[in-house]
Amino acid sequence: MSTGVAEKTQKTVGGIRRTFAPWNDPQAVPLIRYQNVTKRFGEFTAVDNLSLDIYEREFFALLGPSGCGKTTLMRMLAGFEEPTEGQITLAGQDLVGTPPYKRQTNMMFQSYALFPHMSVWDNIAFGLRQDRMEKGAVAARVEEMLKLVKLEKFAKRKPHQLSGGQRQRVALARSLAKRPKVLLLDEPLGALDKKLREETQFELMDIQMELGMTFLIVTHDQEEAMTVADRIAVMNHGKLVQVAPPAVIYEQPNSRYVADFVGDVNILDAKVTALAPGLVTLEAEAAPGMKLTATQECEAKVGESVALALRPEKLRVELDPPADPNVNCLTGTIWDIGYLGDLSIYHVELPNGTRVKAAKPNLTRMVERPITWEDKVYVSFTPDAGVILTR
Amino acid sequence: MRKGLSWFNVTSIALGFAFLYIPIVLLVIYSFNASRLVTVWAGFSTHWYWQLFQNEQLLDAAWVTLRVAFLTATVATVLGTMAAITLTRYGRFLGRTLFSGMVYAPLVMPEVITGLSLLLLFVAVGLDRGFWTITLAHITFTLCFVSVVVQSRLVTFDRSLEEAALDLGCTPFRTFFVITLPIILPAVVSGWMLAFTLSLDDLVIASFTTGPGATTLPMRIYSQVRLGVTPEINAACTILIAIVTVVVIIASVMTKRQEMERQKAERMAAAEA
Repeated sequence: MSTGVAEKTQKTVGGIRRTFAPWNDPQAVPLIRYQNVTKRFGEFTAVDNLSLDIYEREFFALLGPSGCGKTTLMRMLAGFEEPTEGQITLAGQDLVGTPPYKRQTNMMFQSYALFPHMSVWDNIAFGLRQDRMEKGAVAARVEEMLKLVKLEKFAKRKPHQLSGGQRQRVALARSLAKRPKVLLLDEPLGALDKKLREETQFELMDIQMELGMTFLIVTHDQEEAMTVADRIAVMNHGKLVQVAPPAVIYEQPNSRYVADFVGDVNILDAKVTALAPGLVTLEAEAAPGMKLTATQECEAKVGESVALALRPEKLRVELDPPADPNVNCLTGTIWDIGYLGDLSIYHVELPNGTRVKAAKPNLTRMVERPITWEDKVYVSFTPDAGVILTR
Repeated sequence: MRKGLSWFNVTSIALGFAFLYIPIVLLVIYSFNASRLVTVWAGFSTHWYWQLFQNEQLLDAAWVTLRVAFLTATVATVLGTMAAITLTRYGRFLGRTLFSGMVYAPLVMPEVITGLSLLLLFVAVGLDRGFWTITLAHITFTLCFVSVVVQSRLVTFDRSLEEAALDLGCTPFRTFFVITLPIILPAVVSGWMLAFTLSLDDLVIASFTTGPGATTLPMRIYSQVRLGVTPEINAACTILIAIVTVVVIIASVMTKRQEMERQKAERMAAAEA
């Protein structure tokens, strides 16, 4: 893609992305509705009485560990599994009982599932030919798809004559060719190496914008979900734990599970000692006698045990105590240092043995860092840095 | 690792090959014998090959055998493939154990018993014994071999290929013919070839189920040998060996070439990536 086109696309992406939030609009009609859907395989409940709305043009991610039911949830939309109970509708039509070959969804498979005995061209044309599309139209659409994924030169190749990245593009082109109402992506980038995966994530977003389609992606890679999705649903044991845009998932997780699953986090067990509107005072088990504050509303009552979740990048590690008295401060010693190049991760041991991680960007090129092993340090964070979790 | 072979290796290889191939080599050599006596060498001659092509009984038997083998292989391949698909795809249906037991029974059943029970069945039903009864019997006992070969391919078949076809709007019926069958075709073809060869050289079951006018080549050869081995039989066997050798060589060369092309293509793709 030339830089000019890239810039133009980026601009539109930014413009639309910033204002796109149909889930906040009570008037908006969802494209996909899961209503009280349960799926059991014998004794095992893969999806447990789950309801979820997904809107048109949304890039929606299902995120969770393996076995949490995310793939089953997607496969029920494609028609490969039928729900045991509940209803799934696509654009107002009930899907239950409709076989996969009559649904207006297409799927990109984790294994790509390219037909090995067909050329790239025939693979992409396969779906169009099933619809008995007229020959010229098939050719035009296939050419368009090849151009979209930049594989014009490879049309005559067989899948085994392609590299992993190229196969992934063919699979994408094939699933997009029929212009489905929803594109389902099952761990689409799992087999690619890290660099290529990151590039492809942005390309996926561009393609989704360009075609104005609804994408549903299943992944266990939280970075991938954060990068591509408008909204993420974090799943566990067949249930939705939190459904929200990436920034909300990261900054305002609603439970220990979400905080822990998405990104790195320090969780301090604490007791509520005082409550004021918009301000909670806590005492952490790791720092008895120290008053910690968090500026947020809290469901818990005074005396109750809660968890204070702190992201490593929101903690400051200093050799001197912080000047501002309103800042929360813990003391500890450096247990270990992880040097990642751009960041250094300091593992600080608090007096009771709890270890917290703090990330510090390496802003200078000094090789000798001022803070080193076994130093006594002050770990400080502002009152709005932590999130109080009651679940 | 030492280069070259020790005397022990060389001797064991030589003995092994001798054990396997000396009888065949002897047979081929004696097929060019000028003498009427099988065990006495009297100079080179192709006389017995000419004689063979004048022996109508033997030619008739060869023709019957080929027809039986072709029909058997084709029907057994269709049925065996269907059985393999049923056994791999439909999970634990009612009577699955019984079904798979029945399909695979002829694999372990002594041929004499299979032959005898089929004979009893044909007599009980009142079927005239001949070409069709041999064919039916051969289908019964070769079906399981086809099924084994095809099933082993289906076990490693990536089901998502079929799901992808369904997902793209292809009906299950069409999916079988445009996706599944082309991909498992090599296994189906080798199943066919296996059934063909098994039918070609079967003596026991054919003798039980045959009737007047339907004598297969193995039966004809066997009955002639009982009257004394003639060099004519040696010639017939040499031709059979030649046919089998040519087919095997063609098949292995084709497989090798395909494999090489695939590797070349993969290297190219890797270099471009």
